[in-house]
Amino acid sequence: MSSPGPLPLPAPNADSAAYWAGAKAGKLLLQRCRDCGATWFMSRHLCASCWSEQVESVEASGRGRVHSFTVIHRAPSAAFAGQVPYVVALIDLAEGPRMLANIVGAGAREIAIGELVRVTFEQRGDGALPQFQRAP
Amino acid sequence: MTLRNKACIVGVGESEIGKVPHMTGLGLNAQAAKRALDEAGLKPSDIDGLITAYSMTEPYFMLGSVLAEYLGIQPTYAASLTAGGASPALMLMHAADAIAAGRASCVLVTAGENRATGQSRDQAVEALAAVGHPYFEHPYGPLIPGFYAMIARRHMHEYGTRREDMAAVAVQQRANALLHPNAHMKKPITTADVLGAKPIAEPLGLLDCCLISDAGGALIVMSPERAKDAKSRPVWLWGAGEITTHEHILAAPSLTEFGTKRSAEIAYRMAGIGPKDIQFAELYDCFTIVPILEAEDAGLVPKGEGGAFFREGRAARDGELPVNTHGGMLSHAHAGAAGGLFGIIEAVRQLRGEAGARQVKRHEVALVHNEGGILSQHGTLILGRERR
Repeated sequence: MSSPGPLPLPAPNADSAAYWAGAKAGKLLLQRCRDCGATWFMSRHLCASCWSEQVESVEASGRGRVHSFTVIHRAPSAAFAGQVPYVVALIDLAEGPRMLANIVGAGAREIAIGELVRVTFEQRGDGALPQFQRAP
Repeated sequence: MTLRNKACIVGVGESEIGKVPHMTGLGLNAQAAKRALDEAGLKPSDIDGLITAYSMTEPYFMLGSVLAEYLGIQPTYAASLTAGGASPALMLMHAADAIAAGRASCVLVTAGENRATGQSRDQAVEALAAVGHPYFEHPYGPLIPGFYAMIARRHMHEYGTRREDMAAVAVQQRANALLHPNAHMKKPITTADVLGAKPIAEPLGLLDCCLISDAGGALIVMSPERAKDAKSRPVWLWGAGEITTHEHILAAPSLTEFGTKRSAEIAYRMAGIGPKDIQFAELYDCFTIVPILEAEDAGLVPKGEGGAFFREGRAARDGELPVNTHGGMLSHAHAGAAGGLFGIIEAVRQLRGEAGARQVKRHEVALVHNEGGILSQHGTLILGRERR
Protein backbone atom coordinates (compact mmCIF):
# COMPACT_ATOMS: atom_id res chain seq x y z
CA MET A 1 0.00 0.00 0.00
CA SER A 2 1.25 3.48 -0.78
CA SER A 3 1.01 5.79 2.20
CA PRO A 4 -0.27 9.27 1.43
CA GLY A 5 -1.02 10.97 4.74
CA PRO A 6 -0.12 9.87 8.22
CA LEU A 7 -1.45 6.35 8.61
CA PRO A 8 -1.68 5.16 12.23
CA LEU A 9 1.70 4.05 13.56
CA PRO A 10 2.53 1.06 15.71
CA ALA A 11 2.16 2.22 19.32
CA PRO A 12 4.03 -0.10 21.67
CA ASN A 13 3.10 -0.12 25.35
CA ALA A 14 4.25 -2.22 28.29
CA ASP A 15 2.08 -5.14 27.17
CA SER A 16 3.03 -5.03 23.49
CA ALA A 17 6.65 -3.84 23.43
CA ALA A 18 7.95 -7.29 22.46
CA TYR A 19 5.29 -7.71 19.77
CA TRP A 20 6.16 -4.46 18.02
CA ALA A 21 9.91 -4.98 18.45
CA GLY A 22 9.40 -8.35 16.78
CA ALA A 23 7.46 -6.81 13.90
CA LYS A 24 10.24 -4.26 13.38
CA ALA A 25 12.66 -7.18 13.15
CA GLY A 26 10.44 -8.99 10.64
CA LYS A 27 8.96 -11.50 13.09
CA LEU A 28 5.31 -12.12 13.93
CA LEU A 29 5.18 -12.85 17.64
CA LEU A 30 2.49 -14.53 19.69
CA GLN A 31 2.35 -14.99 23.44
CA ARG A 32 2.40 -18.38 25.15
CA CYS A 33 1.69 -19.37 28.74
CA ARG A 34 4.54 -21.31 30.33
CA ASP A 35 2.10 -22.89 32.78
CA CYS A 36 -0.86 -24.05 30.68
CA GLY A 37 0.56 -23.79 27.17
CA ALA A 38 -2.19 -21.52 25.82
CA THR A 39 -1.12 -19.40 22.85
CA TRP A 40 -2.77 -16.12 21.89
CA PHE A 41 -2.42 -13.05 19.71
CA MET A 42 -3.33 -9.90 21.64
CA SER A 43 -0.48 -8.99 24.02
CA ARG A 44 -1.38 -9.24 27.70
CA HIS A 45 0.21 -9.15 31.14
CA LEU A 46 -1.25 -12.54 32.00
CA CYS A 47 -2.69 -15.66 30.46
CA ALA A 48 -6.43 -15.22 29.91
CA SER A 49 -6.91 -19.00 30.24
CA CYS A 50 -5.30 -19.64 33.65
CA TRP A 51 -4.20 -16.17 34.85
CA SER A 52 -0.59 -17.24 35.08
CA GLU A 53 1.86 -14.34 34.80
CA GLN A 54 4.47 -16.66 33.27
CA VAL A 55 4.05 -15.36 29.74
CA GLU A 56 6.60 -15.63 26.93
CA SER A 57 6.82 -14.51 23.32
CA VAL A 58 7.01 -17.13 20.58
CA GLU A 59 7.49 -16.61 16.87
CA ALA A 60 4.60 -17.60 14.64
CA SER A 61 5.09 -19.35 11.32
CA GLY A 62 3.48 -16.38 9.59
CA ARG A 63 1.05 -18.64 7.75
CA GLY A 64 -2.68 -18.56 8.10
CA ARG A 65 -6.08 -18.76 6.46
CA VAL A 66 -8.66 -16.06 5.80
CA HIS A 67 -11.64 -16.49 8.14
CA SER A 68 -13.53 -13.54 6.68
CA PHE A 69 -12.76 -10.25 4.95
CA THR A 70 -14.22 -7.03 3.64
CA VAL A 71 -13.28 -4.43 1.06
CA ILE A 72 -13.44 -0.97 2.62
CA HIS A 73 -14.75 1.76 0.30
CA ARG A 74 -15.50 4.44 2.89
CA ALA A 75 -12.31 5.52 4.64
CA PRO A 76 -12.56 5.70 8.44
CA SER A 77 -10.38 8.82 8.51
CA ALA A 78 -8.54 11.19 6.18
CA ALA A 79 -5.40 9.11 6.59
CA PHE A 80 -7.02 6.19 4.77
CA ALA A 81 -8.77 8.24 2.08
CA GLY A 82 -5.95 7.58 -0.38
CA GLN A 83 -6.01 3.86 0.32
CA VAL A 84 -9.58 2.89 -0.66
CA PRO A 85 -10.61 0.36 -1.76
CA TYR A 86 -8.54 -1.90 0.51
CA VAL A 87 -9.00 -5.31 2.10
CA VAL A 88 -9.37 -5.92 5.84
CA ALA A 89 -9.37 -9.56 6.90
CA LEU A 90 -9.48 -11.80 9.93
CA ILE A 91 -6.64 -14.31 9.68
CA ASP A 92 -6.61 -17.64 11.51
CA LEU A 93 -2.91 -18.25 12.10
CA ALA A 94 -1.55 -21.77 11.70
CA GLU A 95 -0.84 -21.75 15.46
CA GLY A 96 -4.54 -21.11 16.21
CA PRO A 97 -4.96 -17.47 17.26
CA ARG A 98 -6.89 -15.03 15.09
CA MET A 99 -5.68 -11.57 14.12
CA LEU A 100 -6.81 -8.70 11.94
CA ALA A 101 -4.75 -7.26 9.09
CA ASN A 102 -4.92 -5.98 5.55
CA ILE A 103 -4.48 -8.28 2.59
CA VAL A 104 -1.88 -6.55 0.45
CA GLY A 105 -0.02 -7.19 -2.78
CA ALA A 106 -1.01 -8.88 -6.02
CA GLY A 107 -4.61 -10.04 -6.30
CA ALA A 108 -5.56 -8.80 -2.83
CA ARG A 109 -9.10 -7.98 -3.89
CA GLU A 110 -9.60 -11.49 -5.29
CA ILE A 111 -9.06 -13.04 -1.85
CA ALA A 112 -11.60 -15.61 -0.64
CA ILE A 113 -12.60 -17.16 2.68
CA GLY A 114 -10.37 -20.14 3.47
CA GLU A 115 -7.50 -18.99 1.28
CA LEU A 116 -3.93 -19.41 2.52
CA VAL A 117 -2.00 -16.23 3.29
CA ARG A 118 1.43 -15.44 4.64
CA VAL A 119 2.79 -12.54 6.65
CA THR A 120 4.71 -9.63 5.24
CA PHE A 121 5.74 -6.42 6.95
CA GLU A 122 4.79 -2.88 6.02
CA GLN A 123 7.02 -0.05 7.22
CA ARG A 124 5.10 2.51 9.28
CA GLY A 125 7.21 5.29 10.78
CA ASP A 126 10.04 3.78 12.78
CA GLY A 127 8.24 0.49 13.08
CA ALA A 128 6.53 -2.16 10.99
CA LEU A 129 3.02 -3.51 10.73
CA PRO A 130 2.38 -7.21 10.10
CA GLN A 131 0.31 -7.59 6.92
CA PHE A 132 -0.68 -10.58 4.83
CA GLN A 133 -0.46 -11.49 1.19
CA ARG A 134 -1.91 -14.35 -0.79
CA ALA A 135 0.29 -17.41 -0.41
CA PRO A 136 1.46 -18.86 -3.74
CA MET B 1 -32.32 -12.27 42.11
CA THR B 2 -35.12 -12.38 39.62
CA LEU B 3 -36.36 -9.16 38.09
CA ARG B 4 -39.67 -10.69 37.01
CA ASN B 5 -42.52 -8.36 38.01
CA LYS B 6 -40.10 -6.11 39.92
CA ALA B 7 -40.37 -3.07 37.66
CA CYS B 8 -42.80 -1.41 35.25
CA ILE B 9 -42.28 1.09 32.47
CA VAL B 10 -44.89 3.79 33.00
CA GLY B 11 -43.74 6.45 30.56
CA VAL B 12 -41.83 6.66 27.28
CA GLY B 13 -40.70 9.69 25.33
CA GLU B 14 -38.87 10.57 22.15
CA SER B 15 -37.31 13.91 21.38
CA GLU B 16 -37.52 15.56 18.00
CA ILE B 17 -35.62 13.24 15.65
CA GLY B 18 -33.56 13.77 12.51
CA LYS B 19 -31.45 16.86 12.00
CA VAL B 20 -32.24 18.98 15.03
CA PRO B 21 -29.59 21.73 15.00
CA HIS B 22 -31.55 23.91 17.45
CA MET B 23 -31.03 21.40 20.29
CA THR B 24 -28.00 20.09 22.20
CA GLY B 25 -27.49 16.50 23.24
CA LEU B 26 -28.50 17.35 26.80
CA GLY B 27 -31.53 19.17 25.42
CA LEU B 28 -32.60 16.09 23.46
CA ASN B 29 -32.38 14.01 26.64
CA ALA B 30 -34.36 16.63 28.57
CA GLN B 31 -37.10 16.86 25.95
CA ALA B 32 -37.49 13.07 25.82
CA ALA B 33 -37.52 12.92 29.64
CA LYS B 34 -40.19 15.61 29.86
CA ARG B 35 -42.37 13.79 27.34
CA ALA B 36 -41.97 10.49 29.19
CA LEU B 37 -42.76 12.12 32.53
CA ASP B 38 -45.80 13.94 31.13
CA GLU B 39 -47.12 10.71 29.66
CA ALA B 40 -46.92 9.10 33.10
CA GLY B 41 -48.58 12.11 34.70
CA LEU B 42 -45.71 12.56 37.13
CA LYS B 43 -43.63 15.54 38.23
CA PRO B 44 -39.82 15.91 38.32
CA SER B 45 -39.72 15.61 42.11
CA ASP B 46 -41.18 12.09 41.79
CA ILE B 47 -37.90 10.93 40.22
CA ASP B 48 -35.45 9.45 42.72
CA GLY B 49 -33.16 7.61 40.29
CA LEU B 50 -31.39 8.55 37.05
CA ILE B 51 -29.49 6.32 34.66
CA THR B 52 -27.99 7.59 31.43
CA ALA B 53 -25.23 6.54 29.06
CA TYR B 54 -22.43 8.63 27.50
CA SER B 55 -21.86 11.25 24.87
CA MET B 56 -19.36 11.32 22.01
CA THR B 57 -20.40 14.78 20.80
CA GLU B 58 -20.39 16.81 24.01
CA PRO B 59 -17.43 17.01 26.40
CA TYR B 60 -19.09 15.99 29.67
CA PHE B 61 -17.47 13.70 32.19
CA MET B 62 -19.89 12.04 34.68
CA LEU B 63 -22.88 12.38 32.40
CA GLY B 64 -25.27 11.09 35.09
CA SER B 65 -24.66 14.00 37.42
CA VAL B 66 -24.34 16.45 34.52
CA LEU B 67 -27.82 15.47 33.40
CA ALA B 68 -29.23 15.56 36.95
CA GLU B 69 -27.91 19.11 37.27
CA TYR B 70 -29.34 20.09 33.85
CA LEU B 71 -32.75 18.66 34.80
CA GLY B 72 -32.73 20.21 38.27
CA ILE B 73 -33.17 16.92 40.10
CA GLN B 74 -31.23 15.43 43.02
CA PRO B 75 -31.58 11.67 42.64
CA THR B 76 -30.47 9.34 45.44
CA TYR B 77 -29.41 6.85 42.77
CA ALA B 78 -27.54 8.01 39.65
CA ALA B 79 -25.28 6.25 37.19
CA SER B 80 -23.91 6.58 33.70
CA LEU B 81 -23.29 3.42 31.76
CA THR B 82 -20.89 2.95 28.86
CA ALA B 83 -21.92 -0.21 27.06
CA GLY B 84 -22.32 1.10 23.52
CA GLY B 85 -25.48 -0.08 21.85
CA ALA B 86 -26.23 -2.45 24.72
CA SER B 87 -26.62 0.49 27.08
CA PRO B 88 -30.43 0.94 26.92
CA ALA B 89 -31.35 -2.65 27.81
CA LEU B 90 -28.70 -2.64 30.51
CA MET B 91 -29.88 0.73 31.82
CA LEU B 92 -33.37 -0.67 32.21
CA MET B 93 -31.95 -3.72 33.98
CA HIS B 94 -29.95 -1.49 36.34
CA ALA B 95 -33.09 0.56 37.00
CA ALA B 96 -34.97 -2.63 37.86
CA ASP B 97 -32.04 -3.73 40.06
CA ALA B 98 -32.15 -0.44 41.95
CA ILE B 99 -35.92 -0.69 42.38
CA ALA B 100 -35.79 -4.34 43.47
CA ALA B 101 -33.06 -3.48 45.98
CA GLY B 102 -35.13 -0.64 47.37
CA ARG B 103 -32.62 2.02 46.36
CA ALA B 104 -35.06 3.85 44.09
CA SER B 105 -38.72 3.65 43.16
CA CYS B 106 -38.99 5.97 40.14
CA VAL B 107 -36.03 5.91 37.77
CA LEU B 108 -35.52 8.08 34.71
CA VAL B 109 -33.62 6.13 32.02
CA THR B 110 -32.47 8.39 29.22
CA ALA B 111 -29.99 8.57 26.36
CA GLY B 112 -29.54 10.88 23.43
CA GLU B 113 -26.99 12.70 21.36
CA ASN B 114 -26.83 15.27 18.60
CA ARG B 115 -24.85 12.91 16.39
CA ALA B 116 -26.15 14.38 13.11
CA THR B 117 -25.49 18.07 13.70
CA GLY B 118 -23.19 18.14 16.74
CA GLN B 119 -20.30 16.90 14.61
CA SER B 120 -19.44 16.45 10.95
CA ARG B 121 -20.14 13.16 9.22
CA ASP B 122 -16.37 12.57 8.96
CA GLN B 123 -15.98 13.25 12.69
CA ALA B 124 -18.81 10.84 13.43
CA VAL B 125 -17.19 8.08 11.39
CA GLU B 126 -13.74 8.76 12.82
CA ALA B 127 -14.94 8.88 16.43
CA LEU B 128 -16.74 5.58 16.00
CA ALA B 129 -13.59 4.00 14.58
CA ALA B 130 -12.40 4.10 18.20
CA VAL B 131 -14.59 1.03 18.75
CA GLY B 132 -11.83 -0.96 17.07
CA HIS B 133 -8.80 -2.03 19.09
CA PRO B 134 -6.53 1.03 19.25
CA TYR B 135 -3.30 -0.97 18.81
CA PHE B 136 -4.19 -4.19 17.01
CA GLU B 137 -7.05 -3.13 14.70
CA HIS B 138 -7.00 0.64 14.24
CA PRO B 139 -3.72 0.72 12.21
CA TYR B 140 -5.46 -1.38 9.53
CA GLY B 141 -8.31 1.09 8.92
CA PRO B 142 -11.09 -1.40 9.61
CA LEU B 143 -14.19 0.90 9.97
CA ILE B 144 -17.19 -0.26 12.02
CA PRO B 145 -19.23 -1.27 8.96
CA GLY B 146 -16.15 -3.31 8.00
CA PHE B 147 -16.34 -5.35 11.19
CA TYR B 148 -19.99 -6.13 10.55
CA ALA B 149 -19.26 -6.74 6.88
CA MET B 150 -16.86 -9.53 7.86
CA ILE B 151 -19.61 -10.99 10.07
CA ALA B 152 -22.09 -10.75 7.18
CA ARG B 153 -19.70 -12.40 4.75
CA ARG B 154 -19.02 -15.27 7.12
CA HIS B 155 -22.78 -15.82 7.59
CA MET B 156 -23.20 -15.82 3.81
CA HIS B 157 -20.35 -18.33 3.54
CA GLU B 158 -21.67 -20.73 6.20
CA TYR B 159 -25.42 -20.48 5.64
CA GLY B 160 -25.92 -19.22 2.11
CA THR B 161 -27.38 -15.94 3.31
CA ARG B 162 -27.70 -13.47 0.45
CA ARG B 163 -27.43 -9.73 0.09
CA GLU B 164 -31.13 -9.78 -0.85
CA ASP B 165 -31.94 -11.22 2.59
CA MET B 166 -30.17 -8.32 4.28
CA ALA B 167 -31.83 -5.89 1.88
CA ALA B 168 -35.22 -7.26 2.98
CA VAL B 169 -34.41 -6.13 6.53
CA ALA B 170 -33.79 -2.57 5.32
CA VAL B 171 -36.83 -2.47 3.03
CA GLN B 172 -39.29 -3.83 5.62
CA GLN B 173 -38.02 -1.54 8.33
CA ARG B 174 -38.32 1.46 6.05
CA ALA B 175 -41.93 0.49 5.38
CA ASN B 176 -42.52 0.42 9.14
CA ALA B 177 -40.83 3.78 9.63
CA LEU B 178 -43.16 5.37 7.10
CA LEU B 179 -46.00 4.63 9.55
CA HIS B 180 -44.14 6.27 12.45
CA PRO B 181 -44.84 9.99 12.78
CA ASN B 182 -41.41 10.73 14.34
CA ALA B 183 -39.13 8.57 12.17
CA HIS B 184 -36.01 10.14 10.65
CA MET B 185 -36.56 8.56 7.22
CA LYS B 186 -39.67 9.49 5.24
CA LYS B 187 -39.23 7.91 1.78
CA PRO B 188 -39.78 4.26 0.79
CA ILE B 189 -36.90 2.17 -0.53
CA THR B 190 -36.76 -0.96 -2.68
CA THR B 191 -34.50 -4.00 -2.74
CA ALA B 192 -32.85 -2.54 -5.85
CA ASP B 193 -32.12 0.68 -3.93
CA VAL B 194 -30.37 -1.28 -1.18
CA LEU B 195 -28.38 -3.51 -3.54
CA GLY B 196 -27.42 -0.55 -5.72
CA ALA B 197 -26.46 1.83 -2.91
CA LYS B 198 -22.92 3.15 -2.60
CA PRO B 199 -20.64 0.40 -1.26
CA ILE B 200 -19.31 1.12 2.24
CA ALA B 201 -17.59 -2.13 3.25
CA GLU B 202 -18.38 -5.10 1.01
CA PRO B 203 -20.86 -6.74 1.18
CA LEU B 204 -22.55 -3.82 2.98
CA GLY B 205 -23.75 -0.74 1.16
CA LEU B 206 -25.00 2.56 2.50
CA LEU B 207 -28.58 1.35 3.05
CA ASP B 208 -27.33 -1.66 5.03
CA CYS B 209 -25.98 0.82 7.59
CA CYS B 210 -27.86 2.58 10.39
CA LEU B 211 -28.60 6.28 10.39
CA ILE B 212 -26.72 9.08 12.10
CA SER B 213 -29.44 11.11 13.83
CA ASP B 214 -30.02 13.73 16.45
CA ALA B 215 -32.30 11.95 18.87
CA GLY B 216 -33.06 11.34 22.53
CA GLY B 217 -35.24 8.78 24.21
CA ALA B 218 -36.43 8.25 27.77
CA LEU B 219 -38.25 5.76 29.98
CA ILE B 220 -39.81 6.20 33.40
CA VAL B 221 -39.36 2.97 35.34
CA MET B 222 -41.26 2.45 38.61
CA SER B 223 -41.81 -0.14 41.26
CA PRO B 224 -45.14 -1.95 40.76
CA GLU B 225 -46.41 -0.33 43.94
CA ARG B 226 -45.65 3.22 42.82
CA ALA B 227 -46.71 2.50 39.23
CA LYS B 228 -50.28 2.79 40.49
CA ASP B 229 -49.63 6.55 40.83
CA ALA B 230 -48.94 6.87 37.10
CA LYS B 231 -51.82 7.69 34.78
CA SER B 232 -50.49 5.50 31.93
CA ARG B 233 -50.86 1.76 31.50
CA PRO B 234 -47.77 0.06 33.00
CA VAL B 235 -45.75 -2.38 30.91
CA TRP B 236 -44.10 -5.14 32.92
CA LEU B 237 -40.53 -6.43 32.89
CA TRP B 238 -40.84 -10.22 32.71
CA GLY B 239 -37.22 -11.18 32.19
CA ALA B 240 -33.77 -9.80 31.43
CA GLY B 241 -30.38 -11.24 30.61
CA GLU B 242 -26.90 -9.91 29.94
CA ILE B 243 -23.58 -11.28 28.75
CA THR B 244 -20.21 -10.00 27.56
CA THR B 245 -18.21 -12.41 25.41
CA HIS B 246 -15.44 -10.17 24.04
CA GLU B 247 -14.92 -6.58 22.97
CA HIS B 248 -12.91 -6.64 19.74
CA ILE B 249 -13.85 -8.69 16.71
CA LEU B 250 -10.47 -10.42 16.58
CA ALA B 251 -11.34 -11.96 19.96
CA ALA B 252 -14.96 -12.91 19.18
CA PRO B 253 -15.54 -16.61 19.94
CA SER B 254 -17.45 -16.96 16.65
CA LEU B 255 -18.48 -14.73 13.76
CA THR B 256 -21.82 -16.48 13.30
CA GLU B 257 -23.08 -17.13 16.84
CA PHE B 258 -22.96 -14.44 19.48
CA GLY B 259 -23.81 -13.71 23.12
CA THR B 260 -27.44 -13.07 22.18
CA LYS B 261 -27.96 -16.80 22.67
CA ARG B 262 -26.88 -16.71 26.31
CA SER B 263 -28.51 -13.39 27.27
CA ALA B 264 -31.79 -14.53 25.71
CA GLU B 265 -31.64 -17.86 27.57
CA ILE B 266 -31.23 -16.00 30.86
CA ALA B 267 -34.14 -13.69 30.02
CA TYR B 268 -36.43 -16.56 28.94
CA ARG B 269 -35.69 -18.47 32.12
CA MET B 270 -36.41 -15.42 34.27
CA ALA B 271 -39.68 -14.82 32.42
CA GLY B 272 -40.63 -18.49 32.49
CA ILE B 273 -41.37 -18.53 28.77
CA GLY B 274 -39.61 -19.62 25.59
CA PRO B 275 -38.94 -18.20 22.13
CA LYS B 276 -42.21 -19.57 20.76
CA ASP B 277 -44.13 -17.32 23.15
CA ILE B 278 -42.64 -14.14 21.67
CA GLN B 279 -45.18 -12.25 19.54
CA PHE B 280 -43.01 -9.46 18.16
CA ALA B 281 -39.38 -8.39 18.56
CA GLU B 282 -37.37 -5.19 18.54
CA LEU B 283 -33.86 -6.28 17.57
CA TYR B 284 -30.70 -4.21 17.42
CA ASP B 285 -30.00 -3.28 13.82
CA CYS B 286 -26.86 -1.20 13.42
CA PHE B 287 -26.39 -3.16 10.16
CA THR B 288 -28.82 -5.35 8.24
CA ILE B 289 -27.01 -8.59 9.11
CA VAL B 290 -27.55 -8.03 12.84
CA PRO B 291 -31.33 -8.69 13.16
CA ILE B 292 -30.77 -11.84 11.09
CA LEU B 293 -28.16 -13.07 13.57
CA GLU B 294 -30.16 -12.03 16.61
CA ALA B 295 -33.38 -13.68 15.42
CA GLU B 296 -31.37 -16.90 15.14
CA ASP B 297 -29.40 -16.58 18.37
CA ALA B 298 -32.49 -15.60 20.40
CA GLY B 299 -34.10 -18.82 19.15
CA LEU B 300 -36.84 -17.07 17.18
CA VAL B 301 -35.79 -18.98 14.04
CA PRO B 302 -33.42 -21.94 13.58
CA LYS B 303 -29.71 -21.20 13.06
CA GLY B 304 -29.00 -20.30 9.47
CA GLU B 305 -32.61 -19.46 8.61
CA GLY B 306 -32.53 -15.80 9.63
CA GLY B 307 -32.01 -14.68 6.05
CA ALA B 308 -35.05 -16.59 4.78
CA PHE B 309 -37.08 -15.35 7.75
CA PHE B 310 -36.70 -11.79 6.52
CA ARG B 311 -36.70 -12.55 2.78
CA GLU B 312 -40.01 -14.39 3.02
CA GLY B 313 -41.70 -11.51 4.84
CA ARG B 314 -42.20 -13.44 8.06
CA ALA B 315 -40.70 -10.53 10.02
CA ALA B 316 -42.80 -7.89 8.27
CA ARG B 317 -45.44 -5.96 10.23
CA ASP B 318 -48.17 -8.34 9.07
CA GLY B 319 -45.90 -11.41 9.26
CA GLU B 320 -45.81 -14.19 11.85
CA LEU B 321 -43.29 -12.37 14.06
CA PRO B 322 -43.01 -8.65 13.30
CA VAL B 323 -39.52 -7.18 13.84
CA ASN B 324 -38.55 -3.55 14.38
CA THR B 325 -42.03 -2.19 13.91
CA HIS B 326 -40.86 1.43 14.33
CA GLY B 327 -38.22 1.18 11.62
CA GLY B 328 -35.25 0.51 13.87
CA MET B 329 -31.93 2.26 13.69
CA LEU B 330 -31.88 1.76 9.94
CA SER B 331 -34.91 4.02 9.40
CA HIS B 332 -36.36 5.46 12.65
CA ALA B 333 -33.28 6.89 14.42
CA HIS B 334 -29.81 6.14 15.62
CA ALA B 335 -27.96 8.46 17.98
CA GLY B 336 -25.35 6.69 20.07
CA ALA B 337 -26.75 4.88 23.07
CA ALA B 338 -30.25 6.10 22.23
CA GLY B 339 -30.52 3.79 19.20
CA GLY B 340 -31.67 0.70 21.04
CA LEU B 341 -33.76 2.75 23.46
CA PHE B 342 -36.27 3.39 20.70
CA GLY B 343 -36.79 -0.37 20.40
CA ILE B 344 -37.81 -0.46 24.07
CA ILE B 345 -40.05 2.57 23.57
CA GLU B 346 -41.68 0.92 20.56
CA ALA B 347 -42.23 -2.34 22.44
CA VAL B 348 -43.99 -0.39 25.21
CA ARG B 349 -46.25 1.40 22.74
CA GLN B 350 -47.09 -1.83 20.91
CA LEU B 351 -47.79 -3.71 24.16
CA ARG B 352 -50.13 -0.94 25.30
CA GLY B 353 -51.90 -1.11 21.93
CA GLU B 354 -51.03 2.53 21.23
CA ALA B 355 -48.92 2.12 18.07
CA GLY B 356 -51.56 3.49 15.72
CA ALA B 357 -51.14 2.61 12.05
CA ARG B 358 -48.25 0.24 12.80
CA GLN B 359 -49.97 -1.64 15.64
CA VAL B 360 -49.29 -5.37 15.53
CA LYS B 361 -52.17 -7.81 16.07
CA ARG B 362 -50.71 -9.89 18.89
CA HIS B 363 -49.22 -7.65 21.56
CA GLU B 364 -49.05 -9.42 24.89
CA VAL B 365 -45.31 -10.22 24.98
CA ALA B 366 -42.26 -8.76 23.25
CA LEU B 367 -38.55 -9.44 23.11
CA VAL B 368 -36.10 -6.55 22.87
CA HIS B 369 -32.42 -7.11 22.19
CA ASN B 370 -29.59 -4.58 22.35
CA GLU B 371 -25.91 -5.19 21.64
CA GLY B 372 -22.81 -3.06 22.01
CA GLY B 373 -19.35 -3.11 20.48
CA ILE B 374 -19.05 -5.73 17.76
CA LEU B 375 -21.83 -7.98 19.07
CA SER B 376 -19.71 -7.94 22.23
CA GLN B 377 -22.01 -7.05 25.11
CA HIS B 378 -25.66 -8.07 25.01
CA GLY B 379 -28.87 -7.27 26.86
CA THR B 380 -32.13 -9.10 26.24
CA LEU B 381 -35.45 -7.93 27.70
CA ILE B 382 -38.80 -9.65 27.76
CA LEU B 383 -41.65 -7.23 28.31
CA GLY B 384 -45.30 -8.04 28.89
CA ARG B 385 -48.63 -6.24 28.69
CA GLU B 386 -49.80 -7.77 31.96
CA ARG B 387 -48.10 -8.80 35.18
CA ARG B 388 -46.45 -12.19 34.63
